[in-house]
Amino acid sequence: MKITIASGKGGTGKTTVSSNLTSYLASLGKKVVLADLDVEEPNSALFLNAELVDSKISNKMIPKWDATDCTLCGKCEEVCNFNAILHLPEEIRVFPELCHSCYACSELCPTDSLPMTPSQIGIINEYQNELFTMVEGRLDLGQEMSIPLIAQTIEYVDEKFPDYMKIYDAPPGTSCPVIESSRYSDFVILITEATPFGLNDLTLAVETMRVLNQKIGVIINRYGIGDDGVENYCHDENIPIITKIKNDREVAKLYSNGELIYDKIEHFKDSLDEIIAFIGGLK
Amino acid sequence: MKIVFTTKGKTWESPMDARFGRAEMFLVYDEETDTLEAIDNSATEAMEHGVGGQSSKKMINAGANVVITGNGAGEKALKILKTTKIEFFTGAGEMSVKEAYEAYKQNRLQKQF
Repeated sequence: MKITIASGKGGTGKTTVSSNLTSYLASLGKKVVLADLDVEEPNSALFLNAELVDSKISNKMIPKWDATDCTLCGKCEEVCNFNAILHLPEEIRVFPELCHSCYACSELCPTDSLPMTPSQIGIINEYQNELFTMVEGRLDLGQEMSIPLIAQTIEYVDEKFPDYMKIYDAPPGTSCPVIESSRYSDFVILITEATPFGLNDLTLAVETMRVLNQKIGVIINRYGIGDDGVENYCHDENIPIITKIKNDREVAKLYSNGELIYDKIEHFKDSLDEIIAFIGGLK
Repeated sequence: MKIVFTTKGKTWESPMDARFGRAEMFLVYDEETDTLEAIDNSATEAMEHGVGGQSSKKMINAGANVVITGNGAGEKALKILKTTKIEFFTGAGEMSVKEAYEAYKQNRLQKQF
C-alpha cells in the first residue's frame, strides 16, 4: 500500500506525522519505508537518527546544442512550450532549468543538432536506523524542476522495496510536485489546521485530489485552535476526519529538537493509532 | 544609436515599466532617424517562466545598443545579454520615457552592465 501525506498549507505537520507514523508502524513489526518527496527541502532525516547507507545521482535529460550542422532554422524554439530554447541570430541557447525533458526540440530538429544528454539535478539518499529505511530526494541548489527527481525517488523505493508499505511525505501546495507525489498512491491523507488559512488551502488540495480521482481523508492538527470551519467543510463534503491531533506545546518542543513524538506523548500516539486503524480499514 | 525603453505606452509621455522581462512594451528610439517604434511585449504576462530570455532576444533583434529600465535584467536575461554589447541602465522605473531619456543623457541612471 502507498500512502501520500500531503497538505495545501505548509507547516501543518506532514513531516511530523509521516516520520512518526512510519517509525511507529516499524516498531509494531510492519515492513514500511518512508520516502521524503519534499525534494526542495527534505528534512525527515533530521528526526530519524539514521545513517546514510546508499546514494544515487539523479539526472534529467536536456538538449545540448551542437553547432556543426545547425542551420539556425529556429524549429527548436518554435516547438518548445517552456521557453527553454532561445533562437538567437548566431546561436541556439538552452536554459536547462526550464527544460521539461520532452525531447520535442531534439526529435524535431532537421539536422540532429540538439542531442539529449544527462544533467545532474539532485541526489537520492537512502538512510537506515534500527527500525526502518527512509529514502529522500534532494534537489541541487538552483534547480527548478523537481518532478523528475520525485518520480525517480518513487521509482527507487519501488524497485528496492517492492513488498513494503510506502509512506510518501509530499511537498506542500497543490502544484505539479504535489500531483507527482500523489498520483500513484492508494490513498492521500491531507493534514490541515482548523484555521481559515488551513481551510482555504485544504479546499484547494481537496479539489486537486478530486481531479486526480484520489481517495482522501483529513487529519486536523493542532486541534483546539482556530474555529470549526474545517470540520464543517469535511462534513459537508463527506470527507472522513481520520484523527484530530491535540494542540500541544510539548509536541512543538520535541519537533524543534528533532525528536520523535509518539514514544513520549500519549495523546499523539493515540492519534497515530487512529490513523493506523483507518489505514487498516482501507481496501 | 538605438535606445530601448521598457514602457507602458508608445509615446515620450508614457510611463516607464520598471520591469524588463515582463515589460508591457519596448519603445525603441533611433537617435539617427529620430523615430520611435513600439514592440509589444504583453504576451509575456501569460508566460510562467523564461520571459527574460524572450525579452532579451527582442533586444538583440531590435539592434539595441542601450536599454533603459527600472529594476534591471534578471538572471536568465543576464545569461544572454552579457554575451552581447548591449548596455543596461536602471533606476528609471518611476519616470516618463522623456524623463528617463534625459536622466540617461545626464548620467543620472545606474549602469547594470
